[in-house]
Amino acid sequence: MTQLSVPAIPADPGVDTGSGRRRRGRSSAADAARKKLTSPWASLVAVILAVLWTLPTFGLLVTSFRPEADIKNSGWWTVFTNPTFTLDNYQTVLGSTGQDNLAPYFINSIAITLPAVIAPILIAALAAYAFAWMRFPGKNTLFVAVFALQVVPLQVTLLPLLELWVDMGINRTFWPIWLAHTMFALPLAVFLLHNFMREIPGELIEAARVDGAGHVTVFFRLMLPMLKPALAAFGIYQFLWVWNDLLVGLTFGGQANVNPLTVALFNLTGTRGTAWHLLSAGAFVSIIVPVVVFVALQRYFVRGLLAGSVKG
Amino acid sequence: MHLAVAATTTGGKLLTMLIALIAFAAVVGIILFLAALAERRGRRQTAWLFLAPTLVLLVVGLVYPAGRTVVRSLYDAAGSQFIGLHNYLTIFSSDEQLVVLRNTVLWVLVTPFVATVIGLIYAILVDGARGESFAKALIFLPMAISFVGASIIWKFVYEYRDHIENLLPGQQQIPQIGLLNQVIVWLGGKPQQFLIDSPWNTFFLIVVMIWIQAGFAMTILSASIKAIPAEMTEAARLDGVGAFEMFRFITLPSIRPTVVVVLTTIAIGCLKVFDIIRTMTGGSFGTSVVANEFYTQSFSAGNQGLGAALAVLLFILVVPIIVYNVRQLRASEGR
Repeated sequence: MTQLSVPAIPADPGVDTGSGRRRRGRSSAADAARKKLTSPWASLVAVILAVLWTLPTFGLLVTSFRPEADIKNSGWWTVFTNPTFTLDNYQTVLGSTGQDNLAPYFINSIAITLPAVIAPILIAALAAYAFAWMRFPGKNTLFVAVFALQVVPLQVTLLPLLELWVDMGINRTFWPIWLAHTMFALPLAVFLLHNFMREIPGELIEAARVDGAGHVTVFFRLMLPMLKPALAAFGIYQFLWVWNDLLVGLTFGGQANVNPLTVALFNLTGTRGTAWHLLSAGAFVSIIVPVVVFVALQRYFVRGLLAGSVKG
Repeated sequence: MHLAVAATTTGGKLLTMLIALIAFAAVVGIILFLAALAERRGRRQTAWLFLAPTLVLLVVGLVYPAGRTVVRSLYDAAGSQFIGLHNYLTIFSSDEQLVVLRNTVLWVLVTPFVATVIGLIYAILVDGARGESFAKALIFLPMAISFVGASIIWKFVYEYRDHIENLLPGQQQIPQIGLLNQVIVWLGGKPQQFLIDSPWNTFFLIVVMIWIQAGFAMTILSASIKAIPAEMTEAARLDGVGAFEMFRFITLPSIRPTVVVVLTTIAIGCLKVFDIIRTMTGGSFGTSVVANEFYTQSFSAGNQGLGAALAVLLFILVVPIIVYNVRQLRASEGR
């Protein structure tokens, strides 16, 4: 086979870097280096880095719970000497009726993200199966072509697509955003799912085929259940990509009924750039979803990340 | 068409979403049904049925638009007159565009290097330590945050309040609410407008990307370090190899392909960086980069020819890095 090699989605749990488990009695190069670097200093550097990395987020999180007047008149670090907290900011961005209410955009983000994650998975699974287990002329060339499309940057496609949506009369609905995210996800999705499918032993497929099962049956009964980890890895990668996207939402959204949360926040930084009580609470409303997903599914997330590192 | 009307209520939006999900599933269902039918009749085109939706979407969504953009880049602002390579000439000669190119080069050179070094140091420092997974999560968490969210977080760090040069008796400085300026004040310095003073503002934007990407570098390098065979390090240790030599002659050569993949992956991200610049400065004050300038020219400045040329330039810059990246990836897999 001249297929491309299996990508960097190591299926072995050793890559699950989220867990600090190490086999006893084993030591690595890094281990040795660390010990020789006189541990107290190493620890100090690590702690300093960790604090530097956490402090910006922590500061904004604290701010989101402070009264508007306090935010304007004193730094967030003063809460340690003068603690006053409130949920007003969250009430404003989630429950108010004014234009500061971000709740509709939160709904938009959900309405955008679910189809934009599920559609490419379904469609790519079909194509990946054909590439992995069916025979047809020009297969390898076509597979390489699909894989190669990963290099196309979104920017190259945006303007012609916008014109297409206008011609089709679906501009300013969710459809352009769903379709665009689906299209952009396909090269990576097909590539990843194909590689996972190739790892399933051929004898299993052959046995089912000999028993008279058609490709459709094999696809449903055999492939989809076995592919769960792969689907999860890609699904989480795609989820974070879509939920956190600004470019596609900004280009194809453009109105309140459709704009995702990222676009609403972006607009807020433009129009109310100093309204930190809104920005801080709004930012955390948008951040909390991917962070929960990340904490709950860290394992798959890291895999998807490794796999997605070639996406263009 | 009902589906083409945007819903305005929560229920309406979720209903539209449900309809879309059903529509996408129905397409797949119909294809499987047709495939089953074709198979029963002993036909062999089943593969093309499986491939059809993907191929149609890729041609409509990527191949055709990319082609149109390439053609568009050879036309003037309105897209009515053919001007050859003039737009590309503008990118490489006009003062504004040269600043854009300079910034893009800065992003691509500085970010991958700094993020990778920090990620590598951190990966080595916490390797095997108590609470390793928690320590890693702290650095890694920015990866889960959107660029817009990260930009807001850092904009607040850089927030500047007017500094009064000559205080009247009894007058006090306005308190700084941005952490960085407060630290400067504590150290006896003068608050700065980090996002406005060029060219340093570009570096303050780059910090945000480093903050995000260091976690990526750390995660992938850490996995690579853990994969170094224990026998190798054990043997070196018995030979009395010191910490630095261990790093220089064992660790670094072993993870070299991964380091290259990390560097190139972050470089690609930097070439296409848009959200951070759009959210923090909008590309003003001399901070624009190619991906942001593309958006400005295409959608606000109304120069679609130049916008298209910038998009194509991005394409041309990304391709060699990705090709190199994929080859490195395969090399590292082959180990």
